[in-house]
Amino acid sequence: MTTTPDVADYTPAAAPAPEMPDLGDPDSSGEDSALDPSAPPSASKRIRVADLPRMVLPPMLLGGALITFWYYITRIVLDETRRFLLPYPHDVLQVGFLEWDKFSIILKALGSSAKVAGIGLAIAITIGMLLAMLMSQAKIFERALFPFMVTVQAIPILAIVPLISFWWGTGQPSRVIVCVIISLFPILMNTLFGLQSAERGMHDLFTLHHAGRLTRLRKLMFPAALPAVFAGLRISAGLSVIGAIVGDFFFGRGEIGIGQRIRRYAFQLDGEELLTAVIMSSVLGVVVFWTFGLIQKLVIGKWYEPQAISG
Amino acid sequence: MSTLSFDGIGMVFPDGTEALTDISFTVDKGEFVTVVGPSGCGKSTLLRIASGLLEPTSGAVAVDRDRLGYVFQDPTLLPWRTVRKNIELLPELHGVGKAERRRLALDTIELVGLTGFENHYPKSLSGGMRMRASLARTLTLKPPVFLFDEPFGAVDQITRERLNEETQQLFQHEGFAGLFITHSIAEAVFMSTRVLVMSARPGRIIAGFEVPFGYPRRPELRFDPEFALLSGDVSQALRGSYS
Repeated sequence: MTTTPDVADYTPAAAPAPEMPDLGDPDSSGEDSALDPSAPPSASKRIRVADLPRMVLPPMLLGGALITFWYYITRIVLDETRRFLLPYPHDVLQVGFLEWDKFSIILKALGSSAKVAGIGLAIAITIGMLLAMLMSQAKIFERALFPFMVTVQAIPILAIVPLISFWWGTGQPSRVIVCVIISLFPILMNTLFGLQSAERGMHDLFTLHHAGRLTRLRKLMFPAALPAVFAGLRISAGLSVIGAIVGDFFFGRGEIGIGQRIRRYAFQLDGEELLTAVIMSSVLGVVVFWTFGLIQKLVIGKWYEPQAISG
Repeated sequence: MSTLSFDGIGMVFPDGTEALTDISFTVDKGEFVTVVGPSGCGKSTLLRIASGLLEPTSGAVAVDRDRLGYVFQDPTLLPWRTVRKNIELLPELHGVGKAERRRLALDTIELVGLTGFENHYPKSLSGGMRMRASLARTLTLKPPVFLFDEPFGAVDQITRERLNEETQQLFQHEGFAGLFITHSIAEAVFMSTRVLVMSARPGRIIAGFEVPFGYPRRPELRFDPEFALLSGDVSQALRGSYS
């Protein structure tokens, strides 16, 4: 049996209000008497130490197998003249990560791209959420904007990058624009979907008590939208990182980001640095993803319960 | 003048469905009227009309909608608010100050027996407790008219009976005019001063029964022969409504 955060039905018979008439058979409260209302509502979700091997072991085993496979390719499959294509894992670690003058160059480029991605994401969030609120308030905006949003979303990023450099050059603003375009759609769509997700009964409740448009938006639609907003944020944040790298890669000029580094390492056949840069790009994406997961947990974790698929 | 009166209410939906036809009855202060009827006969529509959420296509409703109590089929608690903050919502929407709101919430929490759960979120409550919180939320308004739209349909039998007992105690205690929708005959007879039977669509009132028992009503009343006889009569009328 598992401990669930649900508590059994609590009956007022256990503690009747003084001015209330007798609530009937006090024995009927027997099943609830053990209930402690002061217990934290969902303490059972915590991961126990005993579960750790079960959670950590499988990915570690798979990781070990992959590195072994990597060694096998480098050592057995590739002959010595082509070994630069996939250097040994320990060489990547040695040259890419442990030689500070090389690693610091990668980190600096990564920092530049992260900044671009961050600014782009912030702009996309602002525009996306404002548009979604506008669209949720008046059907006419939704009808007008929707086809264009889908159209913009449908343009492959590789097609839009040359156009952007054609119009605005290859500086930082252009990179930010790439990030905004690529990450706007998920945040907009998820926010809009979220704003429309409040139940009809809740809307009825607000209608019955004469709530104004702004009150309804602030106290009902916006909080109801938060889980979807966060789902959108996580997707958009990842896309913004990709946008920053892709933009930098294609513009190939201006402040050096991780995209330009990757391109240069590839040209120079610096396998170790190339792999390090790729791994670090992935790390950045993962960090961003988890950061937003953490923010989500802090903001809505207390009340939001993802719909579990029950058997 | 009655607290709530329906005068020749008819409702035809835009798709041509005739939901209600010629409904006329009144609910006075101190009355608890229950409407029973087959599923889909327009019982809920009647409440939506009473509350003003829906305009009838014919007839008129007379009721003061300023502090109308309405308990929905679902508890409709806001999941991001604790029990106390949920219960404070209606006074909040009516512009009641913070301290007064809090006092109202704590009073009604005690009244429905949720003391100790003020700071819990709805997700950690059972179905019965959520319904109690929903009742408490409505009670903060001290509504002169209380509409119940089949609120106990989703809880188990024992919890439902307890909620019935508590509801008739609240009725006795608060003295509102109650209009309750259900398809449970036992629930109807147990709580009401009067039971009305509605026909299948288009819904109209086909029978009415005065319930002679006084308040407070004990749970044992359900096993009283008189209770059984009256329930049988209602059942008979209801069965006729299905034909």
